[in-house]
Amino acid sequence: MNWNFIIFSIVKIAIVVGVVQGMVAYAVLAERKISAWIQDRVGPNRTAPPFMKYIPVVGPALIRLGIFQPLADGLKFMLKEDFTPAGVRKIYFWLAPAIAVIPSMLVVAVIPFGSQIGAQKMVIADLNVGILYTFGIVSLGVYGIVLAGYAANSKYPMFGGIRSSAQMISYEISMGMSVIPVLLIAGNLNLSRIIGWQSAHGWMVFYAPLSFIIFLIASFAETNRLPFDLPEAETELVGGYHTEYGSMKFALFFLAEYSNMIASSGMMVTLFFGGWTLPFWGLDHAATSLGMGLVQILVFLVKMLLFMALFIWVRWMFPRFRYDQLMDLGWRRFVPLALVNILVTAVILWMKS
Amino acid sequence: MIVNRKPLTFWERLYLPAIAGGLKVTLRHAYRTLFQGKKVTMEYPEQKWAVPTDYRGAPYLVKDQEGNTKCVSCQLCEFVCPPKAIRITPPGPAGQIADRPNAEKMPEEFEINFLRCIYCGLCQEVCPEEAIFLLKDYSLTGQSRDEMIYDKEKLLALGGTHGGIQKWKHKLEEAKEQENFPVKV
Repeated sequence: MNWNFIIFSIVKIAIVVGVVQGMVAYAVLAERKISAWIQDRVGPNRTAPPFMKYIPVVGPALIRLGIFQPLADGLKFMLKEDFTPAGVRKIYFWLAPAIAVIPSMLVVAVIPFGSQIGAQKMVIADLNVGILYTFGIVSLGVYGIVLAGYAANSKYPMFGGIRSSAQMISYEISMGMSVIPVLLIAGNLNLSRIIGWQSAHGWMVFYAPLSFIIFLIASFAETNRLPFDLPEAETELVGGYHTEYGSMKFALFFLAEYSNMIASSGMMVTLFFGGWTLPFWGLDHAATSLGMGLVQILVFLVKMLLFMALFIWVRWMFPRFRYDQLMDLGWRRFVPLALVNILVTAVILWMKS
Repeated sequence: MIVNRKPLTFWERLYLPAIAGGLKVTLRHAYRTLFQGKKVTMEYPEQKWAVPTDYRGAPYLVKDQEGNTKCVSCQLCEFVCPPKAIRITPPGPAGQIADRPNAEKMPEEFEINFLRCIYCGLCQEVCPEEAIFLLKDYSLTGQSRDEMIYDKEKLLALGGTHGGIQKWKHKLEEAKEQENFPVKV
């Protein structure tokens, strides 16, 4: 047993999980703030601990930004009565939120969020089959939602669950196929090596733009975000698959949705936008000093947050797709497009070699 | 009627220009809200609406310019009040006399239940003494039902003074002049 490895892994897991949870909390705030700005509103700007307003300048500014809103939200979720409706299938009802959260947390494990600090690689698990692992785990995400829909024993959550099962499985295919050109070009499944290839040759998005577009749209569908939020279409299905849930169990679904967003943003940054690298200031190779290591983590986070902002921005712009349009887009547009993309990439690579 | 719709062009079917257009619209709105201060929200407790002059707010009792209670306890407002929010206790034969000289009486107790009041303004219209007015108060709060029943002192304090013709004062002066009228013999 390598104790060094175990200890550092535990530390990394703790930090990454903590950061992801914090980012989820603030992603909810960002969602509310950005939606407010887009809709000419102000957004949450009241919540604050009582002493904050006595701190000059900084305090009121933070309050106006709503920085303390997630704390209040989290506290509310935790203190609420954990109510289980009478008609539900209890075991599945209790299991579903956990099953929804776990895969979304596991995906983050293979994403390299920095080069290295000291001798430690800034990735929890540097798997050689990183992408395959990701897709394997992502497909598990649907179970939580389907189970929630089934367990609620009520028709609207059931609809939500059914919709999500069809949607997520359909879009997984085009998502998986959209990544194949990337793998063909980079010649590797390991995410760290793909980043290495990108730092040598330039960002993947310039080599496989079509892959990026398909991946982007498919990840909107995979994370159940608008314009593909059919599983939780509030206007049609009351609340979707989590209608019957309350308090912390509901919060776990929220957590799952937002950590999926974080994970897919991370995947997009890693696959198409060079991960933690920047082509200048010597940030394109593994860090040798502590400062550089931290800067590279920061670069990764900033890129990821830009994608998060895109996710949120898009949500407040488009109307929801109709179910048949969604399926049409997934099966009759993206699957053939992704296949052609693979073929063209393969032919070009073959011609070059 | 059959509307002939044009078949979508290639770019329209691709939706990408429409998506870009949507992004532009939302971005423009976010920019205006953030940097040009064109938000539509009014942040209520700090900012308040300019209340229109004919606004019908909470009905309060008013005093005349000499600080006397104008209400003469005629109970017309109590009678006309549709939700029966007003309750007046008249002084009775042995009760307190009015502040104002020559006015017959004033209410011993005058209560308005603001949980019942519908702000219709009938009390103001019916009042022969111009003693009750719907002022501009629109934000009435209380922590219990009892707190929302305003008594005479509170209503008078909130209503303030409202000058007028001072009918009873003129009556008094007229009566005094009658007494001093030089009678020719």
